[in-house]
Amino acid sequence: MSEPLQPPVVELQRVSKSYGGVHAVADVSFAIRSSTVHALVGENGAGKSTLVKILTGVIQPDDGQILIDDTPQRIGDPQIAHRLGIVAMYQEPTVFQDLSVAENVFAGRHPRNDLHAVDWSSMRSEARRVLLELGAEFGPDTPVRGLGVADRQLLEIAKALSSSARVLIMDEPTAALSPHEVENLFATVGRLRERGVAVIYISHRLEEVGAIADVVTVLRDGRHIATRPAAELPDGEIIRLMVGRSLDDLFPKEEAEIGDVVLKAEGLMRRGVFSNISFELRRGEIVGLAGFVGSGRTEIARSIFGIDPLDAGSLSIEGRPFKPRSPRAALARGLAYLPEDRLHQGLVQLMSVAQNVSMAVLPELTPGAILRPRRERALARRFMERLRIKTTSAAQTVRSLSGGNQQKVVLAKWLAAEPRILILDEPTHGVDVGTKADVHQTISHLATEGLTILLISSELPEILGMSDRVLVMREGRLVGEFARSEATQERVIEAAAGVGAAA
Amino acid sequence: MNGVVRRLTPQKLAAAAFRLREIGIAAALGISVLFFAIRAPDFLSVSNWQGIAQNVAIVAVVAVGETMVILTRNIDLSVGSIVGLSAYLSAATFVHHHAAPVPVVALIAIAIGLGLGFVNGVLVAVARVPAIIATLATLGIYRGIDDEITGGKNITAYQLPDSFLKLASEKPAGLPALAWIAIGVCLVGAVTLRWAPWARDFYAIGSNPDAARFAGILVRRRVITAFAISGALAGLGGFLFAARFPTVDAVAAKNFELDVITAAVIGGVNVFGGVGTVLGVALGAVLVATIQDGFILLRISEFWRLFFNGFAIVVAVTIDALVTRRLQDALRRRRAEVRAARHREAQA
Repeated sequence: MSEPLQPPVVELQRVSKSYGGVHAVADVSFAIRSSTVHALVGENGAGKSTLVKILTGVIQPDDGQILIDDTPQRIGDPQIAHRLGIVAMYQEPTVFQDLSVAENVFAGRHPRNDLHAVDWSSMRSEARRVLLELGAEFGPDTPVRGLGVADRQLLEIAKALSSSARVLIMDEPTAALSPHEVENLFATVGRLRERGVAVIYISHRLEEVGAIADVVTVLRDGRHIATRPAAELPDGEIIRLMVGRSLDDLFPKEEAEIGDVVLKAEGLMRRGVFSNISFELRRGEIVGLAGFVGSGRTEIARSIFGIDPLDAGSLSIEGRPFKPRSPRAALARGLAYLPEDRLHQGLVQLMSVAQNVSMAVLPELTPGAILRPRRERALARRFMERLRIKTTSAAQTVRSLSGGNQQKVVLAKWLAAEPRILILDEPTHGVDVGTKADVHQTISHLATEGLTILLISSELPEILGMSDRVLVMREGRLVGEFARSEATQERVIEAAAGVGAAA
Repeated sequence: MNGVVRRLTPQKLAAAAFRLREIGIAAALGISVLFFAIRAPDFLSVSNWQGIAQNVAIVAVVAVGETMVILTRNIDLSVGSIVGLSAYLSAATFVHHHAAPVPVVALIAIAIGLGLGFVNGVLVAVARVPAIIATLATLGIYRGIDDEITGGKNITAYQLPDSFLKLASEKPAGLPALAWIAIGVCLVGAVTLRWAPWARDFYAIGSNPDAARFAGILVRRRVITAFAISGALAGLGGFLFAARFPTVDAVAAKNFELDVITAAVIGGVNVFGGVGTVLGVALGAVLVATIQDGFILLRISEFWRLFFNGFAIVVAVTIDALVTRRLQDALRRRRAEVRAARHREAQA
């Protein structure tokens, strides 16, 4: 165990960073000590990733300073972070697929011999030494393309160890690991601590935090809430600190009439990604799909929409079996999927609202291969009214619209194809508060018109505020289902994080 | 076939697939040599092979540089224009200074290419113009400069000193001097790509540019270096080109970049970066030149020659893609099995 008197390696002092007026982190101060596993917890959007980016030099804080060994340092880019001994392991390990394990370990800092050439033999033996220390089951000459996720993470740790990192940031390292692999990882983390490394451990699984952390820092809405020894923080207290607020009524949910089952999924499985997924969606219903990033939410949507193949399971739409062969087939059956980035990138900024809205249904507007602008404008006007898009006319260019209205134009574009089921993936990600409420209102309104909506979101308040029913995923499985009345932040987080008997 | 695959570990499988490429080209080369040897009686003659060697030499020299650029997930389309410009300037230097020492002129040619390549590198790495556009632009610009300098005139063989022309005509130890130079360049290139720390960075950059940045690799500097080397070797290629084809005008080496990129791609350099060896590229260049030569001997029409060139690229790239996909699927399945086994083990 660490002693509380370890000197701080890194100290954050009043660090702030905002994007377009929205605070990602605000006024955060705390210290990270050597020989300590320091857990960083908070909901999605609490500011954890932003802090990691600041520490690793990927972005610069707007305000505040960072002390390394009591000296203020500007971490201007990742190289500088490296030199200062700060190394991050990302959720998706950043390995070089085409290179061998040894070269991955030493990328950018190959050992050299007297001729300044790459010293392959000492590189291999040094890599082998580190791998043995970590108990890896692969050797230095293995091509990385052949390694699984757990092995790639070990590789990342090997990288950090061999570069004598002093601060190792692990961002959701267990997201894709089996219990056995998690055990191995924890043993490794313990060894790193003994070596004097400060480990910043980010995880949504609170039982892991309890098992491994010496110190816990809780962030919420970009603010520092608490930094305390882990022993003084039971899980319940952490959740209370993470959530911290009551659900605000930013979410104007309209009551929609809920009808028959529209989409039925049974035993959906994609090997190694998700399994045994069964659920039903009803007409006019908004179903929230909650779970942490990497729990398999987006992957399910992609498979239903025919982007990725399913390995098992069956789907039916309106009682008839549906095989998700391709997005085109899904659209033909009235199923549309808006991926996260589509909302930002699905527009041609320089074209008019009408031209953007009509994009997906042009064949219907062009009888005899000639576009009828009048029909195009009529279509656009219909959606401008339905979605309450604020523009002067259908001919206005999209670029001159506000963010929220642009989002609605994207929605209109997909709605023009007249889907009956709409899967929205993070529809308000990276959007300011005002626009968010606007988009929420629109989604809610669509449900009253009889559309079925599957809402994927990392923001719990959004899920809870919008959904008639909430499905919770963890590690590729559905682990909870709550009716609107029973869904609380605590319950959903407990299910998603796998705390207690909630699953 | 399936049984063999199953007995291999994922690691061995991946390693085998990486080596597959060079073996594949060598096999294709063997088959085409055998085929032409039977069908075209002159094919195996010493003079024919010396001809092939001369044709391969210049392509191989330039392709080594191109390989470095492609490894970094970029491409250099301007090498043909650099070869042309350097060829004319080399020849013109000899016209004006008949007694100029050959190595000095070679160095001048390399320096010119280096400068032009450096410009490419800066455009791509600093100005952030996508390589395909940046070098398409300089392909035009460098060719335009060539055109302006030649002013529609050309230089002919009798204006050039023998000491220079000997590069193509002399055959020490039975191989044309050009080929010896190419072998030298390939060796230096292979050693560099294997042993120079900065050249290993090319592989890392092409394999995962973001990770390269995170690993503290000086990505910009390395990309500029790769383009500068490509330019320098194209400069040297132009010098050799003038010795081999001493009638030099403004259209010399036009479309040469196509031969170079073909050799690289057939030689197993992945156009998405990160994969490729000089050995593969050299074999690719030899294979292309051998087939071209055989076609000429068999009097097969230009159409089929060009058709075959394109066809070979399609086959090479398709095989690459298929092998990679198969491999990834096999590895994914294998991983899932291993994981399931461990899971059971942990629960037991």
